[in-house]
Amino acid sequence: MGRNPVTWLGSPTFPRAARTALGDTQLRTNLRKATTTIRAKRARAVAELADWERLRRAGEAIKNDVLANLDTYLVRLEEAVTARGGVVHWARDAEEANRIVFDLARAKGADEVVKVKSMATAEIGLNEYLRARGVRPVETDLAELIVQLGNDRPSHILVPAIHRNRSEIKEIFSRAMAEPPDSDDPRVLAEAARRHLRRRFLSAKVAVSGANFAVADTGSVVVVESEGNGRMCLTLPETLITVMGIEKLVPTWRDLEVFLQLLPRSSTAERMNPYTSVWTGVTPGDGPGEFHLVLLDNGRTATLADEVGRQALRCIRCSACLNVCPVYERTGGQAYGSVYPGPIGAILAPQLAGDMTDKQAASLPYASSLCGACYEVCPVRINIPEALTHLRARAVEARPKHTAEALAMSSAGWVFRDPRRYEAAQRAGSLSRFLAGSDGTIKRLPWPGSKWTSTRDVPAVPKESFRMWWRRNRG
Amino acid sequence: MTAARKPRVALFATCLADTLYPETAKAVLRLLERLGCEVDFPLGQTCCGQMHYNTGYRDEALPLARRYAEVFDGYDYVVAPSGSCAGMVREIHPGLCGPSSAVERTYELSEFLVDVLGVTDVGAYFPHKVTYHPTCHSLRMLGVGDRPLRLLREVRGLELVELPQAEQCCGFGGTFALKNAETSTAMLADKMRCVQHTGAQVLTAGDNSCLMHIGGGLSRLRTGVRAVHLAEILASTEEHPWVATP
Repeated sequence: MGRNPVTWLGSPTFPRAARTALGDTQLRTNLRKATTTIRAKRARAVAELADWERLRRAGEAIKNDVLANLDTYLVRLEEAVTARGGVVHWARDAEEANRIVFDLARAKGADEVVKVKSMATAEIGLNEYLRARGVRPVETDLAELIVQLGNDRPSHILVPAIHRNRSEIKEIFSRAMAEPPDSDDPRVLAEAARRHLRRRFLSAKVAVSGANFAVADTGSVVVVESEGNGRMCLTLPETLITVMGIEKLVPTWRDLEVFLQLLPRSSTAERMNPYTSVWTGVTPGDGPGEFHLVLLDNGRTATLADEVGRQALRCIRCSACLNVCPVYERTGGQAYGSVYPGPIGAILAPQLAGDMTDKQAASLPYASSLCGACYEVCPVRINIPEALTHLRARAVEARPKHTAEALAMSSAGWVFRDPRRYEAAQRAGSLSRFLAGSDGTIKRLPWPGSKWTSTRDVPAVPKESFRMWWRRNRG
Repeated sequence: MTAARKPRVALFATCLADTLYPETAKAVLRLLERLGCEVDFPLGQTCCGQMHYNTGYRDEALPLARRYAEVFDGYDYVVAPSGSCAGMVREIHPGLCGPSSAVERTYELSEFLVDVLGVTDVGAYFPHKVTYHPTCHSLRMLGVGDRPLRLLREVRGLELVELPQAEQCCGFGGTFALKNAETSTAMLADKMRCVQHTGAQVLTAGDNSCLMHIGGGLSRLRTGVRAVHLAEILASTEEHPWVATP
């Protein structure tokens, strides 16, 4: 089995990738503007509901039940989908899922498939897989189209082109479209995209979608979107293939009520999203004549085995955590080197990749100041800071034991375990006063302290610690 | 609180204040004694283990959590001038080494003053223009809410000015400041811009760690804005006013 492509192969570690992003002032301006706006809107939309906390707890409880009884619910889903004329496929990893989709497309003789934005197919690298085998994937979500036409990578779960402004988008469209837009007016840009896509919708025989939810009891699959392009994909082509992570289930139709409130308010700050499409198997004479549901594991079962880490599987991909994250706001999503950026990506991507010896994956849980803003907004109460520190411990376990950091940590631990050693260290540290200037602060320390003093002064350790003072005066 | 017996309070100075900011620990001592507490500083204390725990070194954090439970056993209360360390103790220690009476009785300073002693006017005097940064762990891990602001509003002579985007992280984050130094600095730059925008002479917070970070940046830029721990402001009186230490 090849490497799980959930993280982008060959991406640098987070600190290195972040450095590039931090140097891009246009990117930082675009991001700050977008996240500041959506943050305020989300807070307003959430404040409208008096029972928001209860909804969050309901969302958490339903998802926990799903995760605890996943085997039962998945079998129930398969039975329900099959009973309504759909076909269920099981995929252990990216390779299996990709092959299933490709074989289905080839069986239909399709050289092009239209796609509704889907995190699952991005996670498995479906587009690259299809393209390499002569099938052209066409993204129809506007932001995803911008990313695809720009030969770019997405940087946000909900708004993949959040890092682009409209003049950049006009340039991308002008290069790639038969009828290029003549201005960067949003309406003109949208019209150009519409003309570009309409032809694809009408000619495509096969569509590929993701799923926001699937109802185990009825076999219904749900896609929630804003533009209606998704609905075109879901209804026009003859064959519909849905790729869905196995954790996206809800037990009953009633459970949807909770998530259809939590999701739009958390993600787009809307009371309700503009388009909610639901389909159940096939209906002769209406919509696709063939429906295939690919149930994707790709590291999820292994994630489920981790008692603390598994809460990441509650995620409904709303991206509220990205929008409030101070680290994401400065670095953008591409620095995370994964289709899942931001705080949720920092805990989900390394788990799905399942390889903590990989330096890039292991750098992700450290891409946080642990400020906790993500946990505060998460609609299903994923304790992201808890999961981050948990995964850091796993990263440390997977690392060699003799790194400079490990040595520094164990000697600090040795000092802290004994008050006498601790006080001796304080006395030794107070020698740092010789490094200080006349104002009592140190401007320059050797590595790794230089990482601090490159932008910050640090006070010299005073001659007398509090405990020495206490002993002298109160002891 | 009944005045029958002075509450026996153990001061958990935190390793950072004990070692780098002894004036903060002295301020807590003065303040609590002024408010009628009997304060002890158990010399067996060292560090709560937060740095180790948050960086992924749990095996190193565990003996420190155990030590904490032993050293602070038997006091009525344990008070720390740090939302971050108090948060580590209350939220993380039980998961590491089980419940203990020391953990249950641990309070962050503003919580202890407002909730246990029941005061917001602590008799302080601090004639400066001050802005307050609610540190992330105080705000979100412990939920101290507006307690520090209620205390600051009662300080005579103090002009309190609101910090824009106060609830955004300053970028310290413990070892994050070293592991992701550039991102940390970008967050710091925005925080400093907000602080300077207020025109305050003093930035205060309930955590020396964040103050070390923001104050270190403000000092490097020679802004003239000083970072002062909340405890030092609350301990300051007309008879014994706060004096800037280098």
